[in-house]
Amino acid sequence: MAVLARMLARPSGAIGLGLVTLHLLAAALSPWLVPYDATAIDAGLMFAPPDAAHWLGTDQLGRDILTRTLLGGREAILVTLIATPIAVAWGGLTGIHLGLAGGRLDDVLMRVVDAVLALPWILKMLVIIVTFGAGVNVLIPTLAFFYGVPVIRVARAATQGVVARDFISAARARGHGRASIVRRELLPNVLDALMVEGAMRWSWMLLAFSSLSFLGFGVAPPTPDWGLMIADSRSFMAIAPWAALAPVAALSTLIIGINFAADALAKAVGLDRAQTTPH
Amino acid sequence: MSALIDIADLSIGFTTRAGTQAAVLRHIDLAVRAHETIGIVGESGSGKSTLALAAMGYLKPGLGVLGGAVRFAGQDMFAPTPAVPAIRGGRLALIPQNAGQALTPTIRIGAQIAEALRLHSSLPATAHPARVIELLARVRLAAPAELVVRYPHELSGGQQQRVAIAMALAGEPEALLLDEPTTGLDVTTQAHVLDLLRDLAADTGMAMVYVSHDLGAVARVCARVAVMYAGEIVAEGTARQILRTPAHPYARGLIAAIPTLHEPRLPIPLDGRPPTPGATEPGCAFAPRCALAEYACRATPIPLTPSPGGGTIRCRRGPDALRLPLRQDGQLRTPHEDQAATALLRLDGIAVHYARRSLWQQLTNQHPTAAPVVDNIALSLRPGETIGLVGESGSGKSTILKTIAGLIAPLRGTTTLANTPLAPAVAQRDIHDLRRIQLIFQNPDESLNPRQTIATILAQPLQLYFGLTGDTLRARSADLLAQVRLGPHYLDRLPAQLSGGEKQRVAVARAFAADPDIILCDEVTSALDVSVQAAVLALLDDLRRARNTACLFVSHDLGVVRALADRVVVLYQGRICETGPAAALYATPAHPYTEALLGAVLEPDPDHTPRLLAADVVEQGPPATGCPFQNRCHRRLGDICATTAPPTQDLGTGHLVRCHIPLTPRPETAA
Repeated sequence: MAVLARMLARPSGAIGLGLVTLHLLAAALSPWLVPYDATAIDAGLMFAPPDAAHWLGTDQLGRDILTRTLLGGREAILVTLIATPIAVAWGGLTGIHLGLAGGRLDDVLMRVVDAVLALPWILKMLVIIVTFGAGVNVLIPTLAFFYGVPVIRVARAATQGVVARDFISAARARGHGRASIVRRELLPNVLDALMVEGAMRWSWMLLAFSSLSFLGFGVAPPTPDWGLMIADSRSFMAIAPWAALAPVAALSTLIIGINFAADALAKAVGLDRAQTTPH
Repeated sequence: MSALIDIADLSIGFTTRAGTQAAVLRHIDLAVRAHETIGIVGESGSGKSTLALAAMGYLKPGLGVLGGAVRFAGQDMFAPTPAVPAIRGGRLALIPQNAGQALTPTIRIGAQIAEALRLHSSLPATAHPARVIELLARVRLAAPAELVVRYPHELSGGQQQRVAIAMALAGEPEALLLDEPTTGLDVTTQAHVLDLLRDLAADTGMAMVYVSHDLGAVARVCARVAVMYAGEIVAEGTARQILRTPAHPYARGLIAAIPTLHEPRLPIPLDGRPPTPGATEPGCAFAPRCALAEYACRATPIPLTPSPGGGTIRCRRGPDALRLPLRQDGQLRTPHEDQAATALLRLDGIAVHYARRSLWQQLTNQHPTAAPVVDNIALSLRPGETIGLVGESGSGKSTILKTIAGLIAPLRGTTTLANTPLAPAVAQRDIHDLRRIQLIFQNPDESLNPRQTIATILAQPLQLYFGLTGDTLRARSADLLAQVRLGPHYLDRLPAQLSGGEKQRVAVARAFAADPDIILCDEVTSALDVSVQAAVLALLDDLRRARNTACLFVSHDLGVVRALADRVVVLYQGRICETGPAAALYATPAHPYTEALLGAVLEPDPDHTPRLLAADVVEQGPPATGCPFQNRCHRRLGDICATTAPPTQDLGTGHLVRCHIPLTPRPETAA
């Protein structure tokens, strides 16, 4: 846990981890915290400004914004928390094996990776979603697949920096198998890079999920969701700015928190104890 | 005559996190007069490079002047005046360790030297091109007119170092600071560069401050020597005084740790390790490692006093220190006797090349056309015997080891282990054969996984070959550590928490964990300080002898090979030039390359003059036909050397020479 301590020692790490923890707690506990029913429509309360009863006001259907904002991240966080480890795992293992194997397979597959990365992400996602439909069972594999592709590149580069070193030659000369070399010699040396990359991918995935909701391909109404809330209330920005600002603030604090935390993590592991001077 | 560079009571240090000041250099007094050449020697971490930079008024980031002053011709070099930058690079020039990194890779050689002229020379700009060529000729670079349009990467390491010297000469300096200028160069190149520096100093009357860990190089160039330890000058005097009759125990230990060329003596190690930079002791910093240390040595600061061996020393025990052992007192190694035994490992006609076959060559099943980097290697290693493989960089020494280890598949040739053929690649070998051959690498920072504890590192071979687990595994690991003289508390440490010598001991322990029949040592001591090197060599020899392990020892250092090897194989451009018993080969080298190599070795003796035989050119690859050494040979016969591969001549007792020059079997080589 030395890494965690070092992350917290930096302002960016403390702020980032604080924001992320806050959001995770809110997502986990919000069903028991929220004051109102998220889907209860009240025509008499349309666009009520923030007051003592509705701290963040109400939206165009008179629903409580605080309730909807607290609940609105649950689906996005759940989906991305499942998809991120899958993306890092498959992208990471593929990258490590390509970096280790090299040769023609590496040449060919990396060009495929380049081609996939060259396409705009929204286009790729929309093609899949239009074909197979929205919904969690499509979104999780889609996000995990597309966000695993850039991880291949990072894992391969990190591996190439390690395979040339003598301790890998030593392991090969002793006669260890490839799996053993990956697990014992390589993985501990590329795990840092993968963890930082995973944190970054998580924030990108959250943005992607919310963007899809915003475009109408993510969560179906009336389920509260940040992307959806922003889409619904942006037409009323002039008369009820709070309806759009609350989900925007929630989403951005989470993204900023993840980015701060990832940055602090990178710095913490970049100077971890394997690299410090003796004693 | 007043001093040109006057360093007075200089202390340099950094502020620790706790807020205290830690000194890296402590109370240095050093005066360098015009025309004087002074060597500053010490091991890594002794502060010698910091001192050289401080003489220019430079400090590494994080360091500050704690006291004292540096003056160059009366100018305070730490004063913030425009006079200081004008002196730097002009009247006082620095030659860095790695010229390849000091030269700008994207600017042609000529333009880089011209820039030095523009900044530091009074010559009109129109005269610069001619002066550049003159400077290049001055540092004995061939065809200087063609060189000016080259880029640094097109030159060899030795040529780059010469260009750096030419640049330093551009401002017609009064003093040169040299920071390990020949470290990393091949022996023959090093001897040539040192010869050049020596002549330059004599011709121009430049003062030189030569910083090096290599006492041989310092002996060649410097008239005076200062020995540094833990940021202090502990001994100073003429080169002869310091190198012949050193009276400081550290200086004596340093010299005793250098292997000799004439006899197979194990160098004497200096126990312990230097204090971390910045650590302070009230008394002598060397006391914890000193055989003569008494209570009084540790209690109070030791002043510089006249030495019984000449010069000055910072030691209370000078007269007694003169009785400490020197190089000639190292333990004589008894050569391996078992001459009749059958070969354990045999290489026959091994050839290797790295060229990747093009798609067309793969489709048509052709081999690349270039000559193999290693060719026609035949070698037989008997049980318990040590063979030294020597040669300069690019001679294919490491390639041969990696081929034996199965990391590189040979192009052709066979390898036999105990009369059974050995598969070329690791993947095809069975686990028992793999166990019998173990490899030790040059740099333990690279060969030990930084993320594994020492216990995990040692567990790898023990689990793989013997299936040890749990308590037996840990007990065996601790036992192995004890054999390399490290305590069991090291098991839970990471490599970064160990010193260089300790790391290499762990690497040795890992190799012996497999209980191998053969160990392959790839320059195992070249990343270590000389005192640590001696300890690792002694350890290696002990372990090897106790288990009758055969050893193939690759090194560029002929002294180290002399200390350990029973037989020697001399390689040039991946071809064997000469092979024979160490005693015969060192006493009467028969191949011109062996002769050149041995001639270029530097001894820590001011009266020793290396013989520069071979031309100092660097070849990119072996010639397609004839003798590999034909282009540099000082005894070249004529066209036959270029057209016909040299025959193997047998001088008796296994002394084989591949050369066209007719040789007669010499009776004295039988010794």
